[in-house]
This record gives sequence, C-alpha cells and structure tokens, in this order.
Amino acid sequence: MMAQDIENEPERIPPDNVPSTELEMATFVGIDNELAETGMGPPVGSAPMAAKTEFRIVAKRFFRHKAARAGLIVLALIILLAFSSIGFGPIPGWWKYDYTEFEPTLTDGGAPTLSIFPPAWGDHPFGQSNEGRDYFALTMRGLQQSLIIAFIVGIVSTIVGTVIGAVSGYFRGRIESVLMRFTDVMITIPLLAIAAVIAGQIGGSGIVGLGVLLGLVTWTSLARIVRGEFLSLREKEFVDAARSVGASSRRIIFRHILPNTVGVITVSATLAISGAILLETALSFLNFGVKSPDISLGLLLQQYRQAMDVRPYLFWWPGVFIVLISLSVNFIGDGLRDAFDPRQTRAKA
Amino acid sequence: MLVFVTRRLVVSFFILLASTALTFFLVAYSGNPLQDLLELRGPQRDAKVAARTQSLHLDQPVWIRYLLWLQDVGRCLSPFGGPCTLGSDRNGGAVLPQLQTAIGSTLRLVVVATILALILGVVTGIVTALRQYSTFDYGVTFVAFLCFSLPVFWISTLLKQYVAIDLNTWLNNPTMTTAGLVILGVVVGALWALVIGGDRRRVLIVFATAALATISVMYVLLVTDFFREPYFGILGIAVFGVAAAVGWSALFAGLHRRGRSVLISAVTTAVAGAVIALLLRTVIAEGDWLVILLVTLGLIAVGLLAGYLLGRPTQRLAMRVSALTGVTVALLVVVDQLLRAYPALFQATGGRPIKTTGSATPNLEVDFWATQLDSLMYLILPTLALMLASFALYTRYTRASMLDVMGQDYVRTARAKGLNNRTVVVRHAFRNALIPLATLMAFDFAAIFSGAIVTETVFGWSGMGKLFTTSLSNIDPNPVMAFFLVSATAIVLFNMLADIAYAYLDPRIRLA
Repeated sequence: MMAQDIENEPERIPPDNVPSTELEMATFVGIDNELAETGMGPPVGSAPMAAKTEFRIVAKRFFRHKAARAGLIVLALIILLAFSSIGFGPIPGWWKYDYTEFEPTLTDGGAPTLSIFPPAWGDHPFGQSNEGRDYFALTMRGLQQSLIIAFIVGIVSTIVGTVIGAVSGYFRGRIESVLMRFTDVMITIPLLAIAAVIAGQIGGSGIVGLGVLLGLVTWTSLARIVRGEFLSLREKEFVDAARSVGASSRRIIFRHILPNTVGVITVSATLAISGAILLETALSFLNFGVKSPDISLGLLLQQYRQAMDVRPYLFWWPGVFIVLISLSVNFIGDGLRDAFDPRQTRAKA
Repeated sequence: MLVFVTRRLVVSFFILLASTALTFFLVAYSGNPLQDLLELRGPQRDAKVAARTQSLHLDQPVWIRYLLWLQDVGRCLSPFGGPCTLGSDRNGGAVLPQLQTAIGSTLRLVVVATILALILGVVTGIVTALRQYSTFDYGVTFVAFLCFSLPVFWISTLLKQYVAIDLNTWLNNPTMTTAGLVILGVVVGALWALVIGGDRRRVLIVFATAALATISVMYVLLVTDFFREPYFGILGIAVFGVAAAVGWSALFAGLHRRGRSVLISAVTTAVAGAVIALLLRTVIAEGDWLVILLVTLGLIAVGLLAGYLLGRPTQRLAMRVSALTGVTVALLVVVDQLLRAYPALFQATGGRPIKTTGSATPNLEVDFWATQLDSLMYLILPTLALMLASFALYTRYTRASMLDVMGQDYVRTARAKGLNNRTVVVRHAFRNALIPLATLMAFDFAAIFSGAIVTETVFGWSGMGKLFTTSLSNIDPNPVMAFFLVSATAIVLFNMLADIAYAYLDPRIRLA
C-alpha cells in the first residue's frame, strides 16, 4: 500500500530536502548540541519516551516561573473552596448554610463576621444578603457557576478555534479563504455586543448553554494563531516525509502538526478562560448573561451594586474573587508561554 | 499601494455586508419587537401593533427586512434618493439623529482613553524594558496583569465610590496635615527612586530630591490656595515651557555641545510662546476652538522659524524639536485657561466638581473654558476605567517589542560604533519597537468599543453603548443595527489603516 503510493507519486520527495548546504548542517549540529545540553541525548528510546521528556521540560520551566506557580496554587485553592464548601450537586459540602436558605432576621445587620485578628470565621463570614441569605454560601455558588462557564468557554473556543485554524492552515485554497473571511467577519463585531445579542435570548437555558454560546463567539484570535502555525509547519520536512509515506491528511494534522502547536493552543486556552470570566461577569452585569434564580459572580455584583453605599462588602467579595481568578489564570498563562517558548525563557534568564 | 487599498476596500465592503447580515439575523431572532405592545390592554393596542409592524416591516420575512435596511443605509451613502435615517426605531423616530449624538459622546470617551493609554503605556513599556528585572519592572508587570484582570464595571463602581466622592470632599476643603505631606513626599520619592534606579547612592539622592521637591511644591500649592483658585499665569507658562524645551532637546538631541543649537532654538520658542500668550491673553480668555487652533498653529510656526534661523548645523532636528516645544506651550496655555475656569465651575456645580454620572451638566451658564472643563470633569472617571486594560496591553507589548529590538544586531552595532545610550534608544531602538503597536491599536480599538458599553452603563453616559443596551433590552432592532454598523465600519477601517501603517513603517513588508 505504502510502496504503491510512493510509486504513484515519485515526485513527492523534494530534491532540496537533502541537507546539502552548510547552513542546514549548522542547524543540525546546533540541534544536536541542544539535545546534548538538555540531557536528552540521541533518540535511543522509543517515541513515547521522547514525548514524556518534552512534557517534563515544559513542566520544569513552568514551575520555575514564580508568579505562575503562585497563580496555580491560588486557582487550585479557589476551585477547592468553591466546590467543597457548599458541595456540588448531590455531594454535600462542609459549610453549614445553603445558598437557598433564608433567615428571617439579619444577624447584626448582616455585617460580615470574618476577622483576621483574632482569626475567626464567625457565623456569616461574608455577611448576609438583603434577603437574609448567607453571603458566603451565595458567593461560593456564584463562584462555582462562573468557573464552570469559564471552563466551558475555554474548552469550546479552543476546540472551535483549533479546528478552524488547522483546517484553513493545512488545506489552504478555497477552504482557507472561506474560513478566514468568516473569521474576519466575526472580528468586526465587538465581542461583548454579539455575546449580549446571543446570550440575551438564551439566558434561560442555563449556564452550560451560555458557556457553549460564549465559546462559539470567542475563538477568532486562536483560529488565526493556529492557522499561522499550520502555514509554517506544513512546509516543514517532517510533514513532507509523512506525506511521502502515504499518511492521510487527518493523520498528518492530528499526529504530526497539532502536537507541535500545543504550546500556543495551551497558552491561548488559558487566556480564553480568564477572558471568559470577565466576559461572563460583564454580560451578567448588563443583564444579558446569567439570569436569576441562577447565580454567578457577575450577577451578584449586579444585584448588590446599589448596596455599595451602605454595605460595600456585598459588592467587594464577588469582585475580589473575579480578580483573583482572572489574575491567577493570567499568570499561569504567562508561565505557560515562557515554558513553551524557550526563546522567551532565555530572555528571562 | 493603490491596488492594495482598492482591493482591501472591496474585500472590506463584502466583509461589512456579511457582518451586518449576520448581526441583523441574530438581532431579528433575539426577540419579538411587539412584546411590550402585546402586553398592553386597551382599545389602541391593535392600532399600535399595526403601526409598528408597518414601520419596522415586521410583516416581511427577515431577509427582505435586511434588504430594506440596506436600502436605508444606502440612502445615507448616495446624495440623492430620499432622507438618510438608518431606519426607524420602534416608536417610529429616525435612528440617525440618536446615533449622531451617541457617536459624539462615545468618541470623546474612546479617543481620549485610547490616546492616553497609548502614550502612558508606551512610555511605561519603554522604561520597564530599559530597567528590565528591576523592582519597577516587576511592579509594573504586576500592575499590568492586575489591570487585565479587573472587571471594568467593578473598578468603575469602586472609582465612583472611593475616588470621586472622597476627592470631591477634599477639594471642598483642600488642606493637608504635616504628616500627610511627609507621607506623600515619601511615597512619590520612593516611586521616582524605583523608576530611575541605579546604585544605592543614586537611589538615595533621587529619593531625597523627589521627596523634598514634592513636599515643597505641595506646600506652596496649598499656601497659595492653588486647589481653590488654580492657574499657571504667564510666569508658570514660561517656566514650564522652558523646562519642556530643555526636556525635549535632551531627549531628541542631547545636551552636549553638538545639540546646543537645538536647545537654543527650543528655549527661544518657549520664551516667544510665553510672550505671545501674554500679548494675546484677552483673546485667548474669550476664545473658542478656532482660537485654540490658530494659537497652536502659530506657536508651531514660531517653533519652525526659530529652528530654521537658529538651528544650524542640525537645522531639521532643531525645527522639529522647536515645533514640539511650540505645541507644548500651546497645551500649557490651554491648561492654564482651563484651570482659571475652575472656580466658576466649582461655584456653578455646587462644590462637587468631579462628576460620576452623565456627560455634561445641564443648564450650565458659564463661559467657553468652564464648559470645556466641565466636560473634562465628566470624562475623568470613565476614561480612567476604560484605559486601564488598554494601558496594560500597550505596556506589555511595548516592553516585549523593545526588549526584542534591543537584542538585535543593529543595536549592538550602533553601540559598538560609539553612539551614546540616548541615541541608541531614541533614534535606533524606539522607532522600530513601535511598529508592532500599529496592529495592536486596531485590535484594541475593537476591545475598547466593547468596554465602552459597560463603562457607559456604569457612568450613565448616553453614548453608543447606552443606545445599544437599551435598544437590545427593548428588542428594538434598528438602533442595535446602527451600533453594529458603526463599530464594524470602524474596526474594518482601523484594521486596514493598521496594515497600511505597518507597511509604511516597516519597509520589509510590501503591500500587494
């Protein structure tokens, strides 16, 4: 089968593929030296072994980045807090109140009982909302929902952006021009505006629907980046080699080119998540996003904006969590970028 | 070039067509425009429903409505063929007049925010690149990431609550305790010490100088009642003008012997500018936009003349620096006039000069300058909220781009042939570091349009964002489409301009 393909298309092997010039030799020597320095040595081991080492190098570089490490820890703590405190779905949490419980009277005017010195949680650490709901439980619920939306947006936009970018970058021609013109059209529409138009009508369909829809409008920048990567990678020798042994386009895209673009995709996905948190809060704030009785951080801010004068803590807590999540995700993204792009790491040394 | 622009215009036209079609269908299916009428009770219900159906063509299928809307837009492009209305809103009023007022106030917000963010971001980015891995660099990096992570409406509300109200209260009774003065001096001094950096001795000198200067300036301002009746006066204009002349000369020509002619012509311009401001003071005080324009042009002319006459042997550089000094002096004159208008405005607005809602004080009966100052006061907070994210973006990109350029071979060559640091940074590195920002600006403009929607809601501006959100909640398609039309056109145009600018700035790129 393979041999047949080669016989049918003998011109597939480009003659200029041979490293004849000094320049190319120098490149190969350089690569060899780099491999020797990083301790990978010549590829004696099997392919999966090499992949694992690559991952390890990236992880090592990532954890060298202090801010990224801190961001990862903070994000993990926030996720843990959000899902363990009030529980999720059927699983109960350790916090004594539920976000749906009403207390007829406000304890101490609903003031927060959290104190740093002496450290104590108190009965209602974040205070109570106007209707007497425990604000800690409410904030945790909003945190859960906002995190879920953000991750769905991150996943959906990454998949859509990667597929569109990969297909148009690999196949070129008519498919590329159609897809890229479509991307251009999407870019002419302000993100918040199109999200508001779409989300306004499906607000009732819950946070998953909202997340998917937001993902469907935020993929444009990733598609452009992935296309650019594919455009340069598809001209590389290893792709020619794969093609010459008869690999299908699908196999070349997924097994040969895509693993080489995992860096930009990961970074972009991370930043999409932090963008999604802000987008969701802005939408909910404008009343086009999550709708009551669902709760999200943006909706909490919107509901208690008027409380700013008298009970500012109702406005502070959700905002602080939004900033914390977004900040830690941004730092993680920065660390990932440095880890995947050795050129930048050298500049940081 | 011409071929490129023509082709881009044609492509842009089709992109706009597709973009408006897409948004039109989305908006058309986003709800029933008759919703509020159907909930009415009473005899006129059916008549009202019929009237709105007729004016919005709701009896036609969506694609025909789109064609009708396109026809409305087309009327605005051709000189004949009916009045230009951009369609009518759900109450039958024309959209265009609403759009015109909205664009005006949004543009004021967006343009000021973009320009300020660009200038501050580029300057900060360059300084952080030159002081890579200093405390200042890390601090700015953190602040930039924080700005990226702030929800616009959250920070806007906090600004309203803490900055505006507290600052207004302080402006009503502008006094400071000695402790407050010392703290301010220490903070400002520490900031300057961080920015300038260097070894320990230099840091201490910078800190002491900046702290003392801040304390004494603040003391003088408080004693002379500057915060109640602020003004520079001709003396202030002259002093600041000469300082600017020295600063610009130091930046672009250096203060060594060869740059002396530049310095002389710039200082001459500053002094001549102050004299002109003195001679024309009554005209300027009663002036309007035309006067400002003429004075600015006149001062530029003075600068060019001074550079031409005194600038040998570096005539062209001297002319440029002197013209820049002329612009600076014109700016100082304007600021002086605005400051002089402050007491009148303070009276007229009941002692709360910094505004949190709206875009202009209604029924304000003051002169031209106080009116301008009034709208500036309204601009402060929304602009601040809007520019934070852009500022962070420009800072990061300028820093990265500057670091990239500083590592290039030609910069090393420039250093190797003995050029001083200023020349290398300003003449060789800085210009090339700015090139990638051209593309960034086009993208940022789109983002700022989104941001304006939120900012306008928080600060009660009746601009494009307000038009968009109210119309969208009311399910009123034509004003929403007007928003999309304007934003899409602006974004397409900006992208095209960015590409052209890129090719102009970087000769390696050819437009074809």
